[in-house]
Amino acid sequence: MLNRRELVLGGLGLVALTSLPTLALAQDNGAQKAIDKFTGGKAVGEGKLTLTMPEIAENGNTVPLTIKVDSPMTDADYVKEVLVLATGNPSPEVARFEFSPASGLAQADARMRLAKTQDVIALARMSDGSIYKASTTVKVTIGGCGG
Amino acid sequence: MATKPRVKAPKTANAGEVVTIKTLISHPMESGQRKDEAGNLIPRNIIKRFEATFNGKPVFAADLAPSISANPYIEFHLRVTETGELKMIWIEDGGATFEDTQTITLK
Repeated sequence: MLNRRELVLGGLGLVALTSLPTLALAQDNGAQKAIDKFTGGKAVGEGKLTLTMPEIAENGNTVPLTIKVDSPMTDADYVKEVLVLATGNPSPEVARFEFSPASGLAQADARMRLAKTQDVIALARMSDGSIYKASTTVKVTIGGCGG
Repeated sequence: MATKPRVKAPKTANAGEVVTIKTLISHPMESGQRKDEAGNLIPRNIIKRFEATFNGKPVFAADLAPSISANPYIEFHLRVTETGELKMIWIEDGGATFEDTQTITLK
């Protein structure tokens, strides 16, 4: 799903750094690298993209998530893809949703495993190249990654 | 391993209407993290990709990772502009595929 090649950051200008989403994490499971790969150093906006999950998940084995992007979904202006990442699971990738104007509505629902309380992050890429981010914290009482 | 996918889709729609498609497939989504009784890691085996097309044109797709729950539930949307066939395919790690087709008729 996600290519694991090292992203060479040396070529990026320092100006971009202040607008890169940087996670303040005690432990990094690779989520920061996945974010950097998706954004490619581009500035990230807030708004338009929402990530909805319960505040508390009783069972970490199956926690519902909804991503939705405010977009007309026309040939000229649509959502290309939305990436969902978990910051506290063994691997950060959760899902990558691909949309087209034919979707009509840039919304997708799925259910995910959460190993423990953590932030879940969504990143959306629009047809004009702009990127949006949303995140939410889910408290988990019983973890669900088989560990 | 996986049973026939279950899909909830409308049979008809008005031109231009955006409809909701709900899908569910039985699959353990073995993450590769679990161990068996002997302590050996159970190898990863998941549904890694889902694709939906309408009359051959891509509508929606999803790349799934082991963090997706067992029995993957995927809900997406389709703007209906003509009568046609919504074809869905679920692709497993080893290449096995599972399919479902729904016909949607313009009112």
